[in-house]
This record gives sequence, structure tokens and C-alpha cells, in this order.
Amino acid sequence: MSAHASNAYVPKSRLAKWFESRLPLVGLVHSSFVAYPVPRNLNYFWTFGAILSAFLGIQIITGVWLAMHYEPSAKGAFDSVEHIMRDVNYGWLLRYMHANGASMFFVAVYVHIFRALYYGSYKAPREVLYILGVVIYLLMMATAFLGYTLPWGQMSFWGATVITNILAAIPVVGDTIQSLLWGGYSVGNPTVNRFFSLHFLLPWMIAGVVVLHVWALHVTGQNNPAGIPIKSSKDAVPFTPYATVKDVFATVVFMILFAWFVFYQPNYLGHADNYVPANPAVTPAHIVPEWYFLPFYAILRAVPDKLGGVILMFSAVVILAFAPWLDTSRVRSANYRPIYRQFFWVFVAVCFLLGWLGAKPPEGGYVVASQICTAYYFAHFLIVMPLCGLYETPTKLPGSILESVTGPGKQVSGAGMPVGAAAAPTTKG
Amino acid sequence: MRAKSLIAAALAAALIGLSPASAEDGHAPNPPRQQWSYAGVFGRFDQAQLQRGFQVYKEVCSACHSMRLVSFRNLAEAGGPGYSAAQVKALAASYQVKDGPNDAGDMFDRPGRPADRFPPPFPNDQAAAAANGGKAPPDFSVLAKARTYERGFPWFIFDAMPFVGYSEQGVDYIHALLVGYEDPPKGFEVPDGGHYNKYFPGHIIAMPKPISDGQVTYPKDAKGNPVVPETVDQYSKDVSAFMAWAAEPHMMARKALGFRVILFLIVLSGLLYYVKKKIWARVGGEVHGLQPELHKTY
Amino acid sequence: MANTSAAAPAGAAPPEATRRDFLFLATGAGLAVGAGAVAWPFVASMSPDAATVAAGAPIEVDLAPISDGQIINVFWRGKLIFVRKLTEKEVTDMKAVPVSQLADPAAFDSRVKNGHQQWLVVYGNCTHLGCVPIGHSGSFEGWSCPCHGSQFDAVGRVRRGPAPTNLPLPPYAFQSDTKIRIGEEGGKAAA
Repeated sequence: MSAHASNAYVPKSRLAKWFESRLPLVGLVHSSFVAYPVPRNLNYFWTFGAILSAFLGIQIITGVWLAMHYEPSAKGAFDSVEHIMRDVNYGWLLRYMHANGASMFFVAVYVHIFRALYYGSYKAPREVLYILGVVIYLLMMATAFLGYTLPWGQMSFWGATVITNILAAIPVVGDTIQSLLWGGYSVGNPTVNRFFSLHFLLPWMIAGVVVLHVWALHVTGQNNPAGIPIKSSKDAVPFTPYATVKDVFATVVFMILFAWFVFYQPNYLGHADNYVPANPAVTPAHIVPEWYFLPFYAILRAVPDKLGGVILMFSAVVILAFAPWLDTSRVRSANYRPIYRQFFWVFVAVCFLLGWLGAKPPEGGYVVASQICTAYYFAHFLIVMPLCGLYETPTKLPGSILESVTGPGKQVSGAGMPVGAAAAPTTKG
Repeated sequence: MRAKSLIAAALAAALIGLSPASAEDGHAPNPPRQQWSYAGVFGRFDQAQLQRGFQVYKEVCSACHSMRLVSFRNLAEAGGPGYSAAQVKALAASYQVKDGPNDAGDMFDRPGRPADRFPPPFPNDQAAAAANGGKAPPDFSVLAKARTYERGFPWFIFDAMPFVGYSEQGVDYIHALLVGYEDPPKGFEVPDGGHYNKYFPGHIIAMPKPISDGQVTYPKDAKGNPVVPETVDQYSKDVSAFMAWAAEPHMMARKALGFRVILFLIVLSGLLYYVKKKIWARVGGEVHGLQPELHKTY
Repeated sequence: MANTSAAAPAGAAPPEATRRDFLFLATGAGLAVGAGAVAWPFVASMSPDAATVAAGAPIEVDLAPISDGQIINVFWRGKLIFVRKLTEKEVTDMKAVPVSQLADPAAFDSRVKNGHQQWLVVYGNCTHLGCVPIGHSGSFEGWSCPCHGSQFDAVGRVRRGPAPTNLPLPPYAFQSDTKIRIGEEGGKAAA
């Protein structure tokens, strides 16, 4: 981290000096997003933090604009959404960006989480950074759930009913919480009204925790594919322009995927039933949550007992936060953990299977398969993580980040932190 | 990773085999896929088809089905059936619209204006249900987006993709439903007030066969010959296309803008790729590949 | 109250220690009470409002038009309620079910009102996750839930699936042989 000091921001003009001595804002931004040393071996999985920031921005901006036209009431919600789609200039674009943006947000967050799990980014000293990430993920789930109720279609209504009934399973206070969320005796007008308010509030809380997340990141520094710390200035490059340009490039590429869904498959990730106005007297044939909740929905339904299912579902998220202490290996990156690496990919496959099972009716073989996958999901954290670390022999780690890039024993002149230093091309593949 | 992907594939295959044996006779066959002019990246509504579809809606469907979110003016807006403002004005005036209260405090009927929405055939859902055997006929406004059918794995993955993508399940289902009235198979009991339909889930639909060959007379071409056949199949296609437009009136604008946006993003990402390459060359180039470490030993 | 010890020189106990501790405690408690009092209106405002509570007053249902075997839907407090007239056969069958075999044991008599054993009044949302079960379906002459496959018998007792309890009975009382009042039991209005 010594690079910090040598590249510190020095205000040049008198005005900049005047301002900096009163509020060192430019210096803060400079140290966090310009001079900040980035391991030079980061691969594209490390660009998803930037992609996620972009989507938080997109969701907040499109959301604020949609709120100018949306009407949070049981009578008006469905029609006001259609008013946005039909009458508001580019309303269809704002709404489809917001709806599909939520899905893309989750695509990116899942890549981000799996990256953290593969490369051991949760291990010391990054536990707090990682747990803040789990908190952001939880807030995202709450925000997405609240948002999905707002169009007040059949899936909105019944999704809200199913999820708020989950809360009733909590002993003692469950009924009170449920009644406070409903604002009545069932999901109804007060519910959609307060869900709108909370849906507007939570993204700002996410933004707040993101600031903490980035702050924690800049204290500990980034993990990297080799999982070893920066040892010399040659291991790192300054955030700007190296990471910045890579992040912008990756974000723009990801936007192509986003644009594809917005413009050509805008309803693919939604449910047809949500174009039917909410009706408390008719249940849709299959109540299915949005795709990003499906693995947890499968876990919920894998247990024949209601409270047990609820506990297991919440545990499935909360257990993520314990990964730093469940994993006993000293080696961070799964690149150097031949056994754990295999288990990791099985875990990924199980998560996908759970997602697929969550969309299936809870009958016959699907239930059994959900139970097996649920057991494996928890076994990964409670059995594989602790035991693998104890019994596995990691392969030899590279001596430095630079060595992981160039191969052993090679010397590179001048590459690394000093900005603009002339360097011989050392790696091409 | 090959071994693992094989294991994953085998697991997935095993699970597909686990599908419950609940494929009882209530399951309807998948609707056959139709050719729609507005499908795909460059899809455009066929104006003549939308006009014919509107004619079918007006002369047949609108007796029972409302379309409460669509206004007369929409018929003249870009990307739609392409009626002129004058035609829409005349059309609107042929409807009676409830307005008021007037100065005396009474509600009154007046001729429609382009800004009005299509007046519903029944004053409320309860009246619609009472007049139709207990079930209100669904509103047409977003019906094309509110209906679909399961494509299942792995088709749903391909459906999202460019070139092989498929997002017309709703209209295919509606078309299939309209042509799906037939005699029930032997031993299939159809209760009173129900009608057998091949494509309706459960096969018992409350709506009687709504349209038959020759029921709607389409405009002829200059020589007095029919432009399209006046058959149930053609009526169904036309009204389905009209419903697709009613459910998504800005679809053409959406697809046109999308093409430009994606083209722009591709060019921009190309530029950024080379900017990034140039910048990283200063420190000896970027690491390539996702996992270069994996193939090195130290 | 870490300040107490920090303010006092180490080792030398201040003479009026107890009095000052009490002062700090009392002030702290006062602040806590104040914070709680401020929070209360915010929490209370989220519970059902006066208009909603008023709209939740008991309703009367006329049973005369309901025929044997028919199920009608009634809404009370935004919740769906099934009113079902059991057929003779259903009554006989349901009485014959051994109570000990049920997941949530409840005798037939506890599901209906004394002297009105043909009438079943139950909440119409599945006790699993609140979906609406479909009447006259499933293997027990009752309801089956389309969401997660729970099945209920003709008096709304859970017989299969993930639902933890029987369909609950709303508070209701017979006004006459053909009229019930939902939301009131034994002359007492429901909370």
C-alpha cells in the first residue's frame, strides 16, 4: 500500500488548495479511484463490481422517473403501469429497463458472488468486506420482491401473499409483522402503497452499504486470481486508467446483453400472469417467483414443514456470511486447490439445478431432487468447506502476482505501479 | 472442466426424466407456431392485417370482450393499424361513451372522441360474468402478453437468444385457441355451459366457438377479389396480430430503437477494446484468458 | 456509561459515585423512553387504520340460496371465506374419518356448529402459503391447492401436502337457520 503515499493527490491551483484544506473530497476520490493500486492479474470476473455499480445507478434513475408516473394503489397500480407503457413518452423504455435491469443486476451479483467464492475473496482480511456484500445481496432481494408487487398483476399479488405468509411462520411476532406489512387483514391497498414507499427507500440503503463495501475494499485491497497479496509495486497497476478502462469496456459489453433483453425479449424474464390484474379470488396455476429467487424457493419447498422450510430458506442466504470461518484452507484461490475446485463446480451446478427445480411443480421426483440438492447446498458450506481445507494439499503458489502473470523466475523491468513507465511486452496469453 | 460439465449434463438429464407422471389428459398440446410479420429483430406489423384484425374485433369479439386500456386515438398512432385521424374521429363518433355528471348532476351518453377509450360491452365485471355463464370474458388490452404456454427445457433457453428467439407464445396460443374448437374425443364428458377446445388447458372452455368461416367480410382488392381467405384460420391470425399490437403498441419503435442501441454499443465496445489494449500496453499488456494461472506450474 | 470511569481518575473513586451513576442511568432511561415514544407512532401507523378496521365489521350471509354440495365465496376483511353446504354423504364420510390419523387432528363436530352440521364456514386460503384451493377436487371430497399440492377434505382438514394446519374457521354465529353472521362469535365481535 506504500504506493498510496507516493501517488497522493496534490492540489495545484489555489482554488483546489483552498477547497482541499476544507474538505479533502478530491483527494479521497483520487486515492480511491485513481491512485488505488490494483493487482495486475485481475481477470474479467473482477469487472462485475463496476457493472453492479452501473446497474444500481440505472435502477435508481429509471425508478425515480417511473415513480413520476406510477400510482401506488390497488385500484390504480396496474392501469398506471399500462399508462407508462402506452402514453408516457419512452415510458415503455423506462419500464422495460427497470424490469430487466433488476434481472441483469442479479445476473451480475451472482457472477460477483461466485467469483468471491471461487477465489476465496471472503477470507481474512476481507471478512467485513464480504459480509457487507451479503448484506447488499439481502437488501437487493428485499427491494426486488417489493418492486415485483408494484405492477399489481396476479403474480405481484400472489407473490406478495406467499412471501408475507412466510413471515407468519415466525413464532410469537410473526402475525404482528405480517399485519404491519399488510396494513390490513390481507394483502391489499395499504400493502401496495407501503411497498412502494419501501421499494423507494431500500435502494438508497443499498447505496449506503455499497459505500461501506467500497470503503472496506480500499482498506484491504482487492483479492486477485492468484489469491496472494501485492508484495511490490510491480504486482500492481494504478486503478486509473488500467482498471477504469477495463471496467468501462466490460460494462459496455454487458450493456449489449441488457439491451438485447430490453428491446427484443422484454417480457422473457417476467411472467405472463402479471399482465392479468390482481384478483384475490383466483390463484394463478403456478405461483413462481422471479428467476433469481428460484433456488431459494426450491429450498423452501423441499421441506414438508412450513417453519422448517422458512428457516432453511433464510439459512441458505445467511450461511454465506459464515463462509470466512467455515473455510479452513490457508489458500484463497481455488486455482491452487485441486480438490475444492471440483467441489466448487458441483456447487455451482447444484445452484443451477435448484433454480430449475424452483420453477417446477412440487410433486414427485422434483421434491426428492430438491431435497437432495438442498442437502448438498448446505453440505458444501458445512462439510466440504471445513474438511477440504484440512485434508487437501494445495498446489504450489506463485511467488508473486507478477510471477503468476509472467511465469516463474522471469524478470520484468519497469512494469507496474509507476504510471506510464515504459515496459517491454511481457505477456501475451 | 470437461468432466464436470459432463457430470452436470448427466444430472440434468436424469432430472428431466424425473418429471412427474401427472401428464394426465388435462394437458393441452402445445399450440403450433405461426409465422408473424412482427416476430424477430426486424419484425414489423402488417398494417393491412392489423386493420383486418380490428375489423374482426369490432364485428365479433367486442360484443363480449372489452379493451379498456386502448383509446380510439391509438388506431391512428405510428406503429399501429395506420388509420387516418379523420377515420378515427368518425369511428369514435359511432360509439356512445358515458360521460358526466352534467350541470343537473346526471350521467349522460355522448358520441365518442378519439381521446376516449373503447367503451366496454358490460358496465362492470359482475355484469359481464352474469351475462356469460358466471365468468367474465377477459379484457383484450394486454391479453396477448397475459397468455403463454410452457416450452420447457431446453427450449426456453433458445427462446431468449438472437435469431432463434421466440416471444410470440401468447399470440400463437390465442390463434390455436380460436381454431381449436372440435368435437370432444370419445368418452370425454363436456359439462353444461362448457365447450371442448383442443388447446385450452383442461379442454373445457366457457366461450362457445366465437367465429366461423365467412362471418366477417373483408375489403376486396381493386378487381373485387378477396385479398386473403375469409376463414377462421385467417380471422384468428388477423385478430391475434391486432391483439399483439393492442398489448404492445410501441413494439415497432422498441425494435427500431433497439437495433440502433445495440449497434452503437457494439461499435463503442470495439473502440473501448482498443483503447484498453493501448493503455495496458504501457505496462506490458494485459493478462489474457480467464484463468491463465490454472495452466502454469511454479 | 463508559464515560463515568473515563472521567474519573483511575483508582480514586469519586465521593458522589452512586448519585452520579443514578443521574446517568436516569438520563439514559429517559432518552430510551423518549426514543421509544417517538418510534411508537411510526410503528402504530403501519397497523390497520381506522377505516380498514371499521370496514372489517361483521357481515351477514344468507344461506337460503345455497344448494346441497355448493360452495360460495364470501369476502370478509379482504380474506376469502368458503361457505359450503355439505351433502348427506359428505357428512357421513367426514364423521367416519378416524381423528387420530389426521395431521392436525380435529373431530367433525369441532369443524361445524352444533345443530348445523350441514354448514361449513372456513377461510379460503391454503394454510401453507395462502393460495386459493380449488373446490371439489383432490382425493378427499374437499379442496386441493394448485400451488403446492395440499389437499383438504370436505370439512377443510388438511389430509395431504405441505399445509401445516386445517383451514381455519372464521368467527361466526348462526342468526337463524338460514343466516350466519361472520366476524362475531357468542355475541362478541372479533378483535
